[in-house]
Amino acid sequence: MQHKEPTPTEIQEQKVYREMGLTDEEYEKVLEIMGRKPNYTEIGIFSVMWSEHCSYKNSKPVLRKFPTKGPRVLQGPGEGAGIVDIGDNQAVVFKMESHNHPSAIEPYQGAATGVGGIIRDVFSMGARPIAMLNSLRFGELDNAKTKYLFENVVSGIAGYGNCIGIPTVGGEVMFDPSYEGNPLVNAMCVGLINHDEIQKGVAKGIGNPVIYVGASTGRDGIHGATFASEELSEESEAKRPAVQVGDPFMEKLLLEATLELIRSGYVVGIQDMGAAGLTSSSSEMASKAGNGIELDLDMVPQRETGMTPYEMMLSESQERMLVVVKQGTEEEVYKIFEKWGLHAVVIGRVTDDDQLRLLHKGEVVAEIPVDKLAEDAPVYHKPSAVPAYYEQFAGLDTTEIEETKDYADTLLKLLSSPTIASKEWVYNQYDYMVRTNTAVMPGSDAAVLAIRGTRKALAMTTDCNARYVYLDPYQGGAIAVAEAARNVVCSGALPLAITDNLNFGSPEKPEIFWQIEQAAEGISEACRQLEAPVIGGNVSLYNETNGVAIYPTPTIGMVGLIEDMDHITTQDFKAEGDHILLLGETKAEIGGSEYQKLVLGRIEGRPPQINLEKEKAIQATVLKAIREGLVKSAHDLAEGGLAVALAESCIDGNVGAEIQLDTELRADLTLFSESQSRILLSVAPDHVEKVKGLASEAGVTIAELGKVTGENLVIRLNNSEIINQPLSTLKAAWKDAIPCLMT
Amino acid sequence: MNFAVIVFPGSNCDVDMYKAVEDCLGQPVDYVWYTQTDLSKYDVILIPGGFSYGDYLRTGAMASLAPAMESVKKAAAEGKLVLGVCNGFQILTEAGLLPGALRRNQSLKFHCKYVDLKVESNSTPFTLDYQEGEMIKIPIAHGEGNYYCDPETLKKLQENNQIVFRYEGLNPNGSIDEIAGIINEQGNVLGMMPHPERAVHEWLGSEDGKRMFTSILKYWRERNGAA
Amino acid sequence: MFKATVFVTLRESVLDPQGSAVRGSLHTLGFDEVGEVRIGKYMQLEIDLNDRAAAEERVKEMCEKLLANTVIEDYRYELQEV
Repeated sequence: MQHKEPTPTEIQEQKVYREMGLTDEEYEKVLEIMGRKPNYTEIGIFSVMWSEHCSYKNSKPVLRKFPTKGPRVLQGPGEGAGIVDIGDNQAVVFKMESHNHPSAIEPYQGAATGVGGIIRDVFSMGARPIAMLNSLRFGELDNAKTKYLFENVVSGIAGYGNCIGIPTVGGEVMFDPSYEGNPLVNAMCVGLINHDEIQKGVAKGIGNPVIYVGASTGRDGIHGATFASEELSEESEAKRPAVQVGDPFMEKLLLEATLELIRSGYVVGIQDMGAAGLTSSSSEMASKAGNGIELDLDMVPQRETGMTPYEMMLSESQERMLVVVKQGTEEEVYKIFEKWGLHAVVIGRVTDDDQLRLLHKGEVVAEIPVDKLAEDAPVYHKPSAVPAYYEQFAGLDTTEIEETKDYADTLLKLLSSPTIASKEWVYNQYDYMVRTNTAVMPGSDAAVLAIRGTRKALAMTTDCNARYVYLDPYQGGAIAVAEAARNVVCSGALPLAITDNLNFGSPEKPEIFWQIEQAAEGISEACRQLEAPVIGGNVSLYNETNGVAIYPTPTIGMVGLIEDMDHITTQDFKAEGDHILLLGETKAEIGGSEYQKLVLGRIEGRPPQINLEKEKAIQATVLKAIREGLVKSAHDLAEGGLAVALAESCIDGNVGAEIQLDTELRADLTLFSESQSRILLSVAPDHVEKVKGLASEAGVTIAELGKVTGENLVIRLNNSEIINQPLSTLKAAWKDAIPCLMT
Repeated sequence: MNFAVIVFPGSNCDVDMYKAVEDCLGQPVDYVWYTQTDLSKYDVILIPGGFSYGDYLRTGAMASLAPAMESVKKAAAEGKLVLGVCNGFQILTEAGLLPGALRRNQSLKFHCKYVDLKVESNSTPFTLDYQEGEMIKIPIAHGEGNYYCDPETLKKLQENNQIVFRYEGLNPNGSIDEIAGIINEQGNVLGMMPHPERAVHEWLGSEDGKRMFTSILKYWRERNGAA
Repeated sequence: MFKATVFVTLRESVLDPQGSAVRGSLHTLGFDEVGEVRIGKYMQLEIDLNDRAAAEERVKEMCEKLLANTVIEDYRYELQEV
């Protein structure tokens, strides 16, 4: 049965708005904008539009720092997704978004609807989605709850992506106790578009019809946007909105119908009904066009009976789009949707009075100045403070740990730690080949997709080492961007741009806000140096469980352009006799490393430091060598350092290597340090000198480590053998780790 | 030679099929919407993979009742070639054009990976260009590829040489007798879970699927002269 | 008007991996008394017919044609007048 809605006076006197997440000050601001007391529907609309999820009220001052422009950028932040030119009238469209809170409550549907949402963001721009990636974080795989979350998040991503037929080609999964109660599910979608087909979410043209298409509206997900902007607590289980259920079949039809509609030329503006559903799509489209919008809620397709205007406006039912089309084309538009078995209905008109006006049963039930609703959300400049742990770690010498002398055993332990171990168990559940463009499958540094009809290809990756970000948010933020770029370069691509997904704890805490600020600074600086602007992203705050925040996790999604398919490079060693080269310098840097975590059971100190000029030089050198056809394999050194990178290249190539390291550095540090800006190459013997020449021209440190050969990985340090392991042993440790934990 | 790729709501390997015909053969190929009932123009009918009708109720069940399927049955009866891959295989069994049924993988998980297949018969129109007993590398991508039929049917399949492909090594879905693909008694309707249309370029990981398409063309040319 | 309730289950002879998995989990949770587990589908249909025999015939046809795959599944149904 329906509750009786509180009256405008009751809302004010009983402070009902607080339950919706609005503060007293925000309510005062609403009073000022409205010039009267808002009714229940109106205050509900304000509360979702002014949630952090929709308004970025806490993160806006930080986001403004990001470099968002570049010669190739066709669309920066602000639309469904960003767009970058790739030549020949084509462009790549991409964005990443989080679905952390819903996935914590219902992992399968939470992850599935996260995938569905980001796909709609991309095809609502007019682009054909060509690939999905993701970035996942869970607690340690040592308890049933975490295994349940991991298993079901992966199945949810697979269930949705496989059914809709967009390949899930890459991503990362990491495990750390900090995500125990608050897993992270970030999904990224990449699409292709022709320049002349780019759509925007604008309600232009007074009198133009506003068309609703897709699934019917139910009571699911009401206040989802507000829910996403709160900490998870014991109560949130009870308070949670009805779980949204994804329907990938419906979305497949919606995708095909929408792309067909866009090609028809009838569309004026189009937007996904994502968070805050009908409210955000209608008001943002009107506000962006400088117009008003009037909706007759009786026309909204409803799945349940007796829905109130409040419920219809706040519902987050999935697989719905709002489209403004040219007046007089309605019948043609209906025909297109009917072909795909979808129902489209005119629910309103674009008006010239700058109001969001809602009609229900013949009465005006809400009237809000739309521009103020969409644009005048409060912006907070939160106080920030340096956390105590950061100060405390300043003087710590991370190398003062007892050196484990059994290097082979340490290497095997690292290879079988779930964060480093093969993710085959995960990606074999994803259809990563559908549409037959996938040239590099999951498991290498970056996935690569061919662009049909050209020689070009796109490399894509998601990256973030949150341990580094926790220990030093500025360095960690910069490293996340640099690592993403390094992965893209190792695949033979020039980095184009990034999308970011800023996952943090509560911004109300000065120490957390400091993490956000510092990480954003680091990301910005790396983006400037590496010439990869930010073209869009998403912010997910309040990732806390019972007051404890996750590690700050600003995930970076990057896309790069490969000019010629011949340049596609993978990480596996290719042929016996090839020489192995290491570009970059190895220092005693184990703060935040897998090695430190393994030995100490915790992380501390400062993370590896990054020099962005050196990073740029090394990336340029490798890309040049690849383009000149000198490189057989390229692999970025990341978690687990040099030893793990060597093992991975051997395992993937199904061939051993003999390595000779000459160094003053302690053996464990040489093997497992996670110093940045290092890339492992294998090259044919007669190309070694050329590659060395390119490196020295660019001032990049290069060392010859040994050869691809045999069936063992043999590592000698200053002439004494410290590791000698058969490929089969390495492979078993690396490949069996996750399947063993999951059975 | 004219190829039709039938598109149901929710089909998603239709593009893969279309591109494979274009790239391997360069023969005319059309997408044919599931409501179309006239297939007389086509020599080969390809039923692609994907999730027709979301795989709701049962994989392939609703698509098997779509209007175009009546014409597919007619074409099959006329001796035209029909190839169903993955969801296409499921549709063909649901439509009764092939015996048996496909159940959930034994692991209950979707599996996407390259598998080794043994070509058990090269006397079908789809496998002329393979060697009998040859091992080929073709990817699978399915959650319900666990082929089942009753013992009598299995016996018939074995005796009539209707099992065209078997999984070699680890059986990825638990299918009976390691079955990966079967052909009807008349020898013109083939259903298989692995995706030959996804293995048509070295850069995709394998080009072992190419010869299925060249076989089809060869068969047709032998009967109709060059065209 | 009738309400038809249709139950579709895997045939006795057909292995039910989902059932086996659920049985395994129940055992892990300490429900050792659980023997075989079979999982099936339950469907509710509103049938706009007034004659019971006619409704019965139609529902049977629906089961045969679409709702169950008799190669691997059995079905049964109940009809209730509403």
